[in-house]
Amino acid sequence: MDEARIPRRGLSPRLWLAGGWLLLALLAAIFAPLVAPQDPLAQDLMLERLPPFWLDGAEPGYWLGTDSLGRDLLSRLIFGGRIAFIVAFAAAISACFIGSALGLIAGYFGGWADRIISRIVDVWMAFPPVLFAILLVAVLGTGLSSVILAIAIIDWTRFCRVIRAEAMSQARMDYVESARVAGYGRIGIMLREVLPNVLPSVVALLSLEMGIAVIVEAILSFVNLSISTDDPTWGSIIAEGRLSIHQAWWVLVFPLITLILTVLSFSQFGEALKARFDPVLR
Amino acid sequence: MEPCLDIRGLSAVLPNGQRVLRSVSLTVQPGEVRALVGESGAGKTMIGKAVLGVLPKSVRVVEGEMLIEGEDLGRLDAKARRNLIGARTALIPQDPLTALNPSRRIGPQMTDRLVRTLGWSGERADKRIRQLLDEVQIRDPERVRKSYPHELSGGMRQRVLIAAAFAAEPRLIVADEPTTALDVTVQKQILRLIAQLQRDHGTAILFVTHDLGVVAKISQKVSVLYAGKVVEEAETAQLFAAPQHAYTRALIAATPRYTDPYASLKPVDESVLAGLTAEIAAADKDWRPGHG
Repeated sequence: MDEARIPRRGLSPRLWLAGGWLLLALLAAIFAPLVAPQDPLAQDLMLERLPPFWLDGAEPGYWLGTDSLGRDLLSRLIFGGRIAFIVAFAAAISACFIGSALGLIAGYFGGWADRIISRIVDVWMAFPPVLFAILLVAVLGTGLSSVILAIAIIDWTRFCRVIRAEAMSQARMDYVESARVAGYGRIGIMLREVLPNVLPSVVALLSLEMGIAVIVEAILSFVNLSISTDDPTWGSIIAEGRLSIHQAWWVLVFPLITLILTVLSFSQFGEALKARFDPVLR
Repeated sequence: MEPCLDIRGLSAVLPNGQRVLRSVSLTVQPGEVRALVGESGAGKTMIGKAVLGVLPKSVRVVEGEMLIEGEDLGRLDAKARRNLIGARTALIPQDPLTALNPSRRIGPQMTDRLVRTLGWSGERADKRIRQLLDEVQIRDPERVRKSYPHELSGGMRQRVLIAAAFAAEPRLIVADEPTTALDVTVQKQILRLIAQLQRDHGTAILFVTHDLGVVAKISQKVSVLYAGKVVEEAETAQLFAAPQHAYTRALIAATPRYTDPYASLKPVDESVLAGLTAEIAAADKDWRPGHG
């Protein structure tokens, strides 16, 4: 084959859109004290249930309106993003690390290692994940670290199953056999030959898992099991918004939109990254 | 002269006790090409894998010895065996599409083995790879070294694999149907290339194939395999001139001819297969591992 090499594809629009939203939300969360127009905890009953800026009765400086205690919704969403992102990164990376390592071992070595790991995964997945999370947080106690721990403990099986299947199909490839003939050790083959070929899936799953972690954190704070009730989180804002849906719909709708956009962006971003990193698709 | 590969009475079984190799004995002398022919499922690939120590986990060797240049593989511990196989043998695999790691560039993949198994310096390995890519008539070796496998065609990848196999100057190469997955037009070039490199480097090859045409072109000796049993072995020329076993005769007769493709394309005769089955059943009846 002497044709020119296949030209590299540029960044796809969905990578731009998803990445753009994530970057925006992430930067807002990091620089929350500078970006947020108001103090997210400041209550002012004179300003309760102000509508968003395009409706009658809106006050300047309260872009998305206020909740029933007169707190600025936009500022609360921005500060809530901090917790969402911390949980997303910490929980997803921990789950990824545990799950991918065990999946790689199970898929590549097979035999007893696979049987033991797969049985553990089966048992794990028999628990409904959200109930399991609530149970875990109830046992571990509320707080940021227990939320992260709970999500990692529950969701590593996602990585484990996918990476196991991928490692299994890679292990059957002739290049792995060639590596064995060449005299490489088993662990060396697993890390040097098999791991690079499952990485695109790991990256895609990692991004997807970040989205899932955001949802789980929102669910936990919705049922008041996440971190202390003072700090705004997207889940707790949704919970409050639900109570005043008839008087102030925006308190429910904006955090929902934020949540959905973020989760969707994480999964799209993962897919796009996978397409970009996969040497065969590239 | 000490054979390069000496297999003595090798038997292997599946977990259900069924034999896949039945006391196989064969030798490959240094610098010689021994073809291993048989239909699908005859166990030809299994023999190659047994030699290279990459049998599937379900297949167990129950008796027999394999010696590479006089060293009994069975007497070495796992690490020493792996080192010996890594240093003295190489594999030309069947399917060039899966035999290269898709996520690594060709160059490092080829030099890696020289550096890690043979302890060469990176520079020396690089030079060697360039020389071999040249020998397999790759016109643009610099580009190929920097490519990923998916950027190369099947024939090109097979050339890379042949270059990689010869690069470490192994004493023995197991070629596992190296032309089967390729285009007919490319097959011929690849076959010629293997023959050329084999002559130049004086490497012994165990050439696994089901294609008698390939056997005639490349090998000096042939072993005919049926159901894991060597039914005939001979010099290649002699085998075609005067096949001794009924199965060999039937196999040769089944080879299609250009002059009359339809009439010559006939399956192996039922009576021949019945005879073989009886022969194998008789041998199996008295067989116990270790006394076969």
